Amino acid sequence: MGAEFVILSLAPLLIGIFAAVACALPGNFLLLRRQSLIGDAISHVVLPGIVVAFLLTGQIAAWPMMLGAAGAALVAVVLIESIRRLGRVDVGAAMGVVFTSMFAAGVLLLEQSDTSSVHLDVEHALYGNLESLIWLDATGWSSLLDPVALQGLPPELPRMALTLLAVACFTWIFWRPLKLTTFDEGFARTLGIPVQLISLGLVVTAAIAAVAAFDAVGSIIVIAMFICPPATARMMTNRLSAQIWWSVAFAALSAILGYVLAGYGPLWFGATDAVSAAGMIATVSGLMLAVVATIGPHRTA
Amino acid sequence: MIDALLLQIGYNATLVTLGSAALGLAAGATGTFLFLRKRSLVADAVSHATLPGLALAFMLMVALGGDGRNLAGLMFGSALSAWVGLLSVSWLTRKTRLAEDAAIGAVLSVFFGFGIVLLTVVQTLSSGRQAGLESFLLGSTAGMLFSDAMLIAAGGLTVLASALALRRPLLLVAFDPGYAETQGINVQRMDLAIMTLVMAITVVGLKVVGLILIVALLIIPAATARFWSNRADRVVLLAGLFGGLSGYVGAAISATAPGLPTGPIIVLVGFAFFIASLLLSPARGILSAVVRHRAYQRHVHLRQGLLSLAQNQPVYEAMTRCLLRRAGLVRADGVPTAKGHSHAAAALRDETRWQALRSSAHLSELSARDDGLTLILDVLTPDQIAELDRRITSEQRAI
Repeated sequence: MGAEFVILSLAPLLIGIFAAVACALPGNFLLLRRQSLIGDAISHVVLPGIVVAFLLTGQIAAWPMMLGAAGAALVAVVLIESIRRLGRVDVGAAMGVVFTSMFAAGVLLLEQSDTSSVHLDVEHALYGNLESLIWLDATGWSSLLDPVALQGLPPELPRMALTLLAVACFTWIFWRPLKLTTFDEGFARTLGIPVQLISLGLVVTAAIAAVAAFDAVGSIIVIAMFICPPATARMMTNRLSAQIWWSVAFAALSAILGYVLAGYGPLWFGATDAVSAAGMIATVSGLMLAVVATIGPHRTA
Repeated sequence: MIDALLLQIGYNATLVTLGSAALGLAAGATGTFLFLRKRSLVADAVSHATLPGLALAFMLMVALGGDGRNLAGLMFGSALSAWVGLLSVSWLTRKTRLAEDAAIGAVLSVFFGFGIVLLTVVQTLSSGRQAGLESFLLGSTAGMLFSDAMLIAAGGLTVLASALALRRPLLLVAFDPGYAETQGINVQRMDLAIMTLVMAITVVGLKVVGLILIVALLIIPAATARFWSNRADRVVLLAGLFGGLSGYVGAAISATAPGLPTGPIIVLVGFAFFIASLLLSPARGILSAVVRHRAYQRHVHLRQGLLSLAQNQPVYEAMTRCLLRRAGLVRADGVPTAKGHSHAAAALRDETRWQALRSSAHLSELSARDDGLTLILDVLTPDQIAELDRRITSEQRAI
C-alpha cells in the first residue's frame, strides 16, 4: 500500500465506488417501482447523445458530452412515452424499440464521422476505461495534502463525487415523498404530494447518475449498479432505509472487490495482464446477488 | 442503391442480403409471440447473455488447437450461455421476490460484464493475433463466408418453421395463459419454447446484427405489424414480412458504401417501418386518430351551433361560426340562411325528442345511446317517434 497504490489505484477505486453508489441509490426506488430497466435504456441511448455532442463541438470535452447524453436520455423518455400512449404499445416493447434504434443511430453516426483522431468508440462507451484514470502527479499518500498534486487528479473524480453528493441529497431531502409515492401512489396523492413530479425527479436523478457514471466507467457498470445492489439489498431486509444502506454497502463492495480482482486477480493465476475492471465489477455484483438469492433472509416475499 | 436492392453488386453482398432477409423474416415472426406475451425485454437478457459463452467457446477451440473463429462452434457456445442466462432470469423471477424486469436487468448486465472480462482475457491470450470477437458486439458482415451465410439462413428458416408449427399453442398462451391452461397446454413449457426460439434467433443473428442490437429484430417488426392487424396469425405473418424487408433493404443499403454497418442499418430500416406505421396505420395510427378527432370535433360544434341558431341565440365561438358559414348555414354576418333555419329546426326537433325519450316510461333505457350526436331517427322506429311526438305536443299543450 505504498506510492504505487496511490498513483495507479486510488483514483479509479474511488471513482468506481462513487459511480456504483450514485447509481445504486436511485436504483432502489426504480427497483421497487418496477422501472429497473430505465437504467438499461438510458445507458444505451447516451451513445448517440455523446456522438452528436462530439460532432457539434468537435472535441471530447466532459460538459458538452454530458449535455448531449442528457439530451438523448430526454429524447428517449419522450419517445418511449409517446409510442406507449399514441401507439398503445406495451412499455417493454416501446423501450426496446426506442433504445435499440437510438443505439443503432449512435453506432451509424460514429461510423460516418471521423473519430479516428479521438478516443471515441463503441467499446469505450460500453466498458469505459476505469483503469486509465490514474493520478500521475501523486508521489505517495502525502500527495493527498499537496494542492499542486491534487490539481492533477483525473477530473472524473471530483465530477463523480459531486454527482454522488447530488444524488444522496436528492434521496435525503425527498425521502418521505419518494417512499410514499413508491409504495402507495394513491395515498401519496391524497396527501397532496405531486406524484408525477416526484417520479420525473427520480428518473432525472437516475439519468444524471447514469450519464456521469457512464462518462467515467462505461455503461456496463451503470446497468449493473442500477439493478444488482438494490436487488441484493431487497432480499436482505423489508425496511426501505435498511435496504438503502445494504445497497450502498453492496455497491461499494462490488466496486472494491471487482477492481482489485481485475487488477491483481490475473497475477495470482500467473497471468501478466489485468482484465476489464468494469466487467469484473459487474460480475462481482452478480455473484453477490446469486449468493443472497440462495441464502438471503428475505429472498421470498 | 437500386443495383444493391436488385442484388447486382457482387457475390458477397448478395450473400449477406439474402442471409439478412432470412434472419429478419424468422426473427420478426418469432418475436411476435414474445411481443404478444409482453415479455419483449427478456430477449435483451438472452442476447447479452451470449457473450460469455462466445468467449469461452473461442478459448476452448483455441485450447484444442482449432481456429477459434469457427462460426458453428461460437454459436454453440453462445447458445449454452444464453440458456444459462435464461434459466437465471426465470429462477430469479420464480424463486425470489424480485420482479421480472429486475431479473432481466441483473442477468443482462452481469453476464455481459463477465463476457467483457473474458474478452479481455482472450485479447491477452491471443496477443498479436486479432481474435475479432468484438465484431460480435455490433455484428459484421465483412468477409462472410458462404458456409456462414448458409448456416445463418438455414438456422433462421429452421426457427421459422418451428415457430409456425407451434403457433397455435404459443398464441393461446400469449393471449390468455389461464385459458390455455384449461385447454391442457403446459404454459411453462410453451414459455420455454418461445424463449428457446428467441435464443436460437439470437445465436443465429449474432454474426450479422451483433448481440446488442439483435433484440431490435425481435421487437420492432412485431410492434410494427401490430399496427396493421388485430388478428394474431396475420400479425405473425406481417411481422415476418417487415422483419424480412428490414433485413433485405438494410443489408442492401449497407453494401452500397463503406461506413454503413449492416446491423445498425437493418435496425434503422425496421425503425423507419415502425414510425411510418405508427403515423399511417388506418386503425391505430396517429394520423387517423387525428382525422377521427377532428371529424368528431366538427360534428359536435355544428350540432351545438345549430341548436343555438334554433333558439335564436347568437353564436360567438369562432370555430363554430366558421363551420356554420362554410356549410352555408349562416351568412357572413351570422344571420341564418334558409337552409340554416331548416337544419336548425331539425336539430332542435331531434334534441326535443331525445329529452322526451328520457322521460318516457318504456323507452328510457334507449336514452343511454344519447351521445349528443346520434340522430334519434337512427335509434327509434318511425312508430316510436310518432308516439314521442304525440307526447311532446300534449306536454306543450299542458304548458
